[in-house]
This record gives sequence, structure tokens and C-alpha cells, in this order.
Amino acid sequence: MTIDLKTIKHISKLSRISVDDAKAKKLEGNLNSIFEFIEKLNQLKTENIEPLTSIAETTLKLRSDEVKSKNIREEILKNSPEKNQDFFVVPKVVE
Amino acid sequence: MNDIVSQKLTELVQNVKERKISSEEITKAFIDRSNKSKTLNSYITENFSAALQKAKKFDEKPNLDLKLPGIPIAVKDLFCTNGVRTTAGSKILNNFTPTYESTVTQNMWNDGAILLGKLNCDEFAMGSSNETSFFGNVQNPIDKDLVPGGSSGGSASALAANITPITIGTDTGGSIRQPASFTGTVGLKPTYGSCSRYGIVAFASSLDQAGPMSKNVKDCALLQEVISTYDSKDSTSIDFKRNNYSSELTKNIKGKKIGIPKEYRVDGMPKEIETLWSKGTQYLKNCGAEIVDISLPHTNYALPAYYIVAPAEASSNLARYDGVKYGFRSNGENLIDMYEKTRSEGFGDEVQRRIMIGTYVLSSGYYDAYYLKAQKVRKLIKNDFDEVYKKVDAILTPSTPSSAFKIGENSNDPVSMYLNDIFTVPVNLAGLPAISIPAGVDDKGNPLGLQIIGKHFDEQNILNIAYAMEEKINFKNKITDWWIK
Amino acid sequence: MDKVNNENKEFLISRKKNIYEVIIGLEVHAQVTSNSKLFSSSSTKFGAEPNTQVSLVDAAFPGMLPVINEFCVKQAIKTGIGLKAQINKRSVFDRKNYFYADLPQGYQISQFKHPIVGEGTVVLDMPNGQKEVGIERLHLEQDAGKSIHDVDPQNTMVDLNRSGVALMEIVSKPDLRSPDEVNVYIKKLRSIMRYLGTCDGNMQEGSLRADVNVSVRKKGTDKLGTRCEIKNVNSIKFMQMAINYEANRQVDLIEEGKSIAQETRLFDTKKNETRSMRSKEDAHDYRYFPDPDLLPLEVTDNFVELIKSEIPELPDEKKKRFIEKYKLSPYEATILVSDIETSKYFEEVIKNSDIKLATNWITGELFAVLNNKNLEIADSPISAKNLSKLINLIKDGTISGKIAKTIFELMMDGDKDPQTIVDEKGLKQQSDPKALEDLIDKVIADNPDNVKEYKSGKEKLFGFFVGQVMKVSGGKANPQLVNEILKKKLK
Repeated sequence: MTIDLKTIKHISKLSRISVDDAKAKKLEGNLNSIFEFIEKLNQLKTENIEPLTSIAETTLKLRSDEVKSKNIREEILKNSPEKNQDFFVVPKVVE
Repeated sequence: MNDIVSQKLTELVQNVKERKISSEEITKAFIDRSNKSKTLNSYITENFSAALQKAKKFDEKPNLDLKLPGIPIAVKDLFCTNGVRTTAGSKILNNFTPTYESTVTQNMWNDGAILLGKLNCDEFAMGSSNETSFFGNVQNPIDKDLVPGGSSGGSASALAANITPITIGTDTGGSIRQPASFTGTVGLKPTYGSCSRYGIVAFASSLDQAGPMSKNVKDCALLQEVISTYDSKDSTSIDFKRNNYSSELTKNIKGKKIGIPKEYRVDGMPKEIETLWSKGTQYLKNCGAEIVDISLPHTNYALPAYYIVAPAEASSNLARYDGVKYGFRSNGENLIDMYEKTRSEGFGDEVQRRIMIGTYVLSSGYYDAYYLKAQKVRKLIKNDFDEVYKKVDAILTPSTPSSAFKIGENSNDPVSMYLNDIFTVPVNLAGLPAISIPAGVDDKGNPLGLQIIGKHFDEQNILNIAYAMEEKINFKNKITDWWIK
Repeated sequence: MDKVNNENKEFLISRKKNIYEVIIGLEVHAQVTSNSKLFSSSSTKFGAEPNTQVSLVDAAFPGMLPVINEFCVKQAIKTGIGLKAQINKRSVFDRKNYFYADLPQGYQISQFKHPIVGEGTVVLDMPNGQKEVGIERLHLEQDAGKSIHDVDPQNTMVDLNRSGVALMEIVSKPDLRSPDEVNVYIKKLRSIMRYLGTCDGNMQEGSLRADVNVSVRKKGTDKLGTRCEIKNVNSIKFMQMAINYEANRQVDLIEEGKSIAQETRLFDTKKNETRSMRSKEDAHDYRYFPDPDLLPLEVTDNFVELIKSEIPELPDEKKKRFIEKYKLSPYEATILVSDIETSKYFEEVIKNSDIKLATNWITGELFAVLNNKNLEIADSPISAKNLSKLINLIKDGTISGKIAKTIFELMMDGDKDPQTIVDEKGLKQQSDPKALEDLIDKVIADNPDNVKEYKSGKEKLFGFFVGQVMKVSGGKANPQLVNEILKKKLK
């Protein structure tokens, strides 16, 4: 499976990482050699194998419906690069 | 009494409890040496003045029942520490100060330890040489311009250089064990679910585990006792009966069956590693253990499976770094532009590569062929181990396919970098515990490690085996302090 | 826009040569009633100051992990039982990955391949009979925060209070065929969940919203047409308008020989039209995979049985019982069980008073008042106890039905006891036959010409006499008795 520039542009859009042509070209080389390496898995027949769903050998523990967290707005907003007193502030989405 | 910074953890603890030494003295000694060792670039954030204050406070009213009374410890910069900058080795968290503490580090502070500082690591734990950190490369104290391994490179380097008595790292594909091997130190990756992941910057959720990195097995056992607890804030934390690892430590491993997997004998493996491995089996026999030849047939597929599963989970775990709530933000004309610029400027190359791989293998049309397939292979690998564990109690393998390489030697070729993890990755995929102990040196005189893999929750067993072997091996790390002028 | 309603009241769209039917499927998002969020222990209370109900987990800080709320799991199972659906004892949480300002993790924890509830049914009471609508599945997922676009022209404000609140997504099969059916379906779903206490169904507060899937096909054909999804419609009226617009838009396209693009659309409530969401981002590659921070959810038979035992009588059963026990008509029963509070109120009233009168007064006068004042029956200005008293006063002849209406109005001011009002205002009706006879005799004596005309056949004049008696008695004469006595006297 080779990854072409079009695919790289597509993946970069999905992962919200900007990629110019030079960067895309470099990525193309890197990613293709990595995928060549990964392709090894195709040698294995796995039709009848169940995928591993969880490695932790335990069941999902359920929490009781109590409100434990309090108002920590100041703490929550403290690290934000842009905020006002009450909200996180981000540039507008262009629809 | 030995020079403070050379003492093992258990020695320091003993000396504090016997009032032979104070927390302030210990802390001062490590701070002094750390200040002389900036060339190594092991630290991202020093916490020296706060540590000294805490040490003095401890000395005013010392609680000598604690397991780590007044001991200063530096930790990998992947653990969120309340009020102390936590960067994950990345520009995108360069200015992030958590208001909360990870469970693992909190356990240490609860048992008397003091935060000395945050140690350098590969960005978001993605790397095997500490060359992807935004804060620069780390030097291996063994020799100049050698990598310390990764991703817990700063931890291994600081430990081997005696600027922290012990430390903790995280291991997703070998990030504790490989640097331990490269620096002549001990590193344990516990069973998945043994240590809480709460408050640890997540890389690959189904693989990440925190663990101790120490100068010897006894220290390792003590720290594991402190950090391993059931945590209800982590849904993957397991509530099992944990041993008193240090007090139950024994060299008696008579009758233990140790498996030697033939698939770990890879083509082109350096002769010294083969030799060390044989020596290791000999030592085990001398201890009364039985050696059994075993097969783990799907070993060769572990690394490709890992490089699908880990990036996939990482691509999703790192989606939260978007410049909105915390961390670095680059200005954009609109929301999407802001996201794209922030993430492309805030993440380094290796992280971006892995996010792309992860996004691709989960994307529509490729999920079955890659991610699902990798999860099936993972099942096969786990089955391999389950099968052999019907016959043996533990497995002995080399830790790494080589000793520490030169800085810059592998950084242009991602795949050759990935091959460093060939012996360690299967363990993470199966969720098993494994420990790396220094076993000897190669022809350049650089350390090499041997890895002991155990059954789920059987940390005590592999610690005991490691303890027995350590005595026989009698490894001495030749640290020349070359970086101290 | 043509519409043809044939005898079966089908919703059809006709053009020159072709008649189309409309296929509708709904994905309803219902906020789970719980104290804390699905995967964190923050409060879910509506209306709090922005970002005051946000924990470190909700805001997706580094190292934070989800821990599931047991009560939300129970609520989902309960709702599943109410939908007569299959409960899946093993279900998996998946991550739905996409980027948006109000989605702090960059993914939503949802359920993709293995939801907690499987197929079920909802019965609709339509004017021309009952209709079964299939439920495809119900799953649990996190709600997103709120993006506020209209405060600042350059920027968007983000409030994460709602981020992480538990939602049940209820997906219907494409069995709905008209805006009317959609209305009944939403109301029925709402009713069931309110009965169960699993969702308060308050659409103004956003507890219930729906994505509406619409496609059309020529009547008589089998193949489903291309569907468009209209996202996030938060009132039944808008759903109906959106369906109307969208169905006609699609029919117009087909008639022009064009194809319909499968896309996501929004309903513009100002222009009353649907429009395409022009996000050309490959928005729909969500890259679902099982959330590695969680394990598969496993519930035991006992767990489910315990929940089953907590299920109250549901609308369908209650309707049956009301018809059998109280001899109500299906129509009356449907109205009285449609909302659990109404049914409770009704049963409270009829504990001590006449069923027929109770039915009429509740569905008539009381509903009119509640509608007028935009109140829920739980906030009724007249309590069940006092309404019951009023009805008894009518039944035992103390007051007439007409006077009762006046008293009813007066009772609204502070839920006054009707007996008190009767006493204070002297509204007791005059039922003493002797006294009435005297009054009637007087009226007859005062109107000899009319008496003559009435006796000679002008029967309409009876009303005149009744009126006079009522006038003379100040409205208090017992109308029934007046009628009887007058009839006798005028023979």
C-alpha cells in the first residue's frame, strides 16, 4: 500500500495538522517506509481470530451518581491561551 | 557511609531512619551534583529551592515510618505535578502547569518523598533515544554523545549519573527497559493495570505503564511497592493483591522454570548479546532454576502491530492538544486554521508522523486492514505467552538489540529507530510485567541488559529472579563523571 | 407545494404525474436525568453560570480519565425496557473522533458497533388507529459543550458545562411517514421517558433534540431514496416544518431529473428552510475505535431484573387499565395517560369524586388554563384535592355546572377551597323545591301572555321562562329542578 500526496493532504486535514508541499513530500518518504514495515502483518491469516478488546483483565467498574466536583472555573480557565472571565475564546468557525 | 549521591535508595532510607543523615543533606547533595551536570540536559524543570524547603520542613518533624522519608526524587516529565510545570517534552505544553497531581507521584509524596525536578523525555513518550524532545537531546553518562535511550532518557541519564537516587518512567513499547539497558541501570515495567495512569500524559492508553527505574533490584522493589495501588479514577486500574515487593524479595529461585524463546534470536544480532544471554541462562542454572526452550511464534509481528496500535491510540489521545484549553496556541484566521497551525508548530516531527499514521490506520476503508488486524495479532501474541506460561514461570531475553548508539546515528530513519524496541514491545502488547537488569558490556564497553518477563501480576517472581541474577552478574557501572569539569 | 390527503390521511406530495411518499427516521438525543455526568462527577443542573460545572476530566486536561456513572447505565437500560427493546448485556464504548471547539477531548465517547440497547417498538395512537414504529437501537454518549457565536464578531465563546452530560441516542427505523406521526412519536417517547424518570423531555432546555432523516420515493415503489439528515432540531414544530420543506425540495429535484446528494443539512428557523452544512471537510470519517480508557460494559441478568422491577406502569398499560377500570373511551384515556403527571392528577381527583366529571373538567377547563398560562400540570394553580371538592359540590347539587365555572376561576387565586368560596360569596344553588315553586309561580304570574303562547305551541318560549327564573333567583336556581318544576307548571 503506497501513500500518495493526495492521501497525505487528506490525513493532515483529518488530524488538523497543516502540511505544505515540502513537508508533504518528506512525509511521503517517511510514511511509505513505515508502512512497508507494517505491511508484514498481511503475511498472517487472522480471519478466525477475535481482536483483543482489552488487555486489563477486569470488568468495567461503575461509579455512584454523586456530584463530587465543584465549581473550579478559575482553575479550568487559568491555563487557557485566550479567555475572558467566563469562557474559553476561540476564533470563529467558517461554515 | 558512602558518598551520599552514590548510595542506593535503600541505603539512604536506612540512614535517614537511623538519623545518620538528614533530608536536607541528601537534597543538598543531589542539587549540587545536578547543578554540576547540566551538560547532560537530564532536567527540563528543576524544583530545587522548593525541594530544599520541603526537606528542611521534613527534618523539623521527620516521620520515620514512611517508606521514602525525606528522599528527593526527580521524575519523568510525563507525570503531572501540581504547581510544577509539566511539558511531556513538547513545545505544545511548554507553559503548562497542572493544578493536580498524578496518582503515582502522589503515592510517592505520601510516603515522604520530595520532588527534585522533572526529567527530560522524548516528546509525548514517542522515541527510543530522547532525540525528539523539544528541550534538546540528553547525554548518556556512560560516554559523551551517546544516547541514553528513550523515551525515559532523562530519567535513565539522571539515575546513572547519580543526580537522583531513583526515578520513575513510563513504558509503552520499552521506554523504561531500553534506556535502563543503555545506561547500565534497572528498569521495571509492571503488569498493565498495576500502576494508575491517572495524571500521566497519555500516549497509547492500552500500552502505557509507569514503573520504577533504579540502581539495583532492591531499590526497584521498594519503589514499586509505593507506586502500585488500585485507583478508581482509572477505569483500567486493576484491584489485585499486591505483594510487599521489597520485604518479600528473595534470591531463592530454586526450581523456577525459565523459558528461552528461540524467536528472540534475531538475524544479525551482535555476538556480545548472544554471549550475555547464554551467560544469563548459566547464572540461572547456578541459582537452581531450570531452563526450558520455548517458542513464541508470533514475535516477529509484534513490532508492526505495535506501530499500528500505538499511533492509532496516540492520534486520538493527542487530539486534545488544540490550543483551546491550555498549552501553546498559534494565531489563526479561523478555528480550523488555528488548529492546524497550533498543532503543526506545537508538535515535533516524530509526533506528527505518528499522529498521521494513527489517523490513517483508523480511517474509513483502512480500519479493518490495519487497526482491527493489529488487534487480532495482539491476541495471537498474548495467546503465545499464555501458552508458554503453562510450562514456565518466566522468560529470559536480551533487552535491546545493541548498546547505546551515537546521538544522530538513527534519527533520520524512523524504521531503524523503531527496531530498538524489538525485544520489549511484545511485552506491552500482552500487558505483562518485565524487568531489565544490566548484564554486561559490549566490545565498546557500553552496558547491555537482560530482560526477565513474567506472568500477569507476578512482579514478585521476576523481581526475585532479577535479584538472584544481579548478585551473580555483579555488574559495576563505570561512570567517570566526564561531564563535570 | 401540493399535498394530497386521501381518506387514510396519508402525507403525500404530488406533482403533475407522480405521487411521492415521505420516509422519515429520527435520531432523538435525550439528556439522561442524573445528578452527575456520564464519565465525570460534575453536576448536570441546567442554567448554571458558564464553565462552573466543569471538572478536569470534562475539560480534557492531560492525564484525565473517564469513569462511568452506574446510574446513567441503569437509566439507559430502563428506557430500553420502556421501549420493549432488547437489552445487550455486553456493550462497548467507542471514540468518535472529530475536532470542534466545544469538544475538548477531540473525540466524543459514544457507542458504535455494540450499543447497550437493541431493537424495540413504540406504539403510536393515531386518529385512524394504532401504528408500530420500530426502534433500531439506543446507546449512551457524551453531550458536547456549547459554542456561542453571536456575542463577539471575531470569536466564539465556549462553555463546557454541558460537555460530558449523558445522552441517550434513540434511533428509530425509517417507519415514520408524516409530520403528524413525528409529532405523536416524539410525544410518546417523551411520555415514556417521563414515566420512567429517565429524561425530563424539556425541549426548551435542550433535554430533547432530534436529527431528522428524510427521503422520498414514488408511491408504490420499494426502494428507499437518498436521505438527507437535518441536524439538531429542537422543537416538534420545527421538525414538522423541516420535513415539509425538505420533502418538497427533494421531490422538486427528482422531478427535474436531478439526483439528491446525501448530505447533512440545518433547519433555518428564520427562513423556514433547510440548507446544506457547507463543511466540505470529510466530516464523516469519525474513525471509530473502542475507547482504550474503558473496558467493555457487562451487566448481569440480576442487574437488569432489578431495574425491571422498578419500572412503573407505562402509558400503554395505564391506558388499558383506565379503559377497563374507569370505563373511559380510548380517546379520553389517551389524553389522560399521555403525561405521567396528568395521570397522577387524574387518579388523585377521582379518589373521591365522579370519574366522568373529573375527565371533563381536567381535559376541558383545567387544560385550557394550563395552556393559556403555559404551565405544566405539576404546577397547576388548582390542586387535585380542591378540584375533587369542586366536582363533589356539583355532583351533590350544591352548585350548578355554570356556577362551578365561576368558582373555578376564583379558585386559581392561591388554590382556594371551593367550599370556602361558595360560603363567602353565597353561591350555593337554590335547590329547595318549595322555594323554587314560589319563584316559578311568580314568574308565571308575571308573564301571562307568554304562558298563553307557550301553551298554544310556541315551545321555544320555555327558554324564556327558565331565563326569567334564573334572573329572579340571581343565577342560583338549580337548573335541573327549575326545568322539572316549570315543565309541570306549564302543562
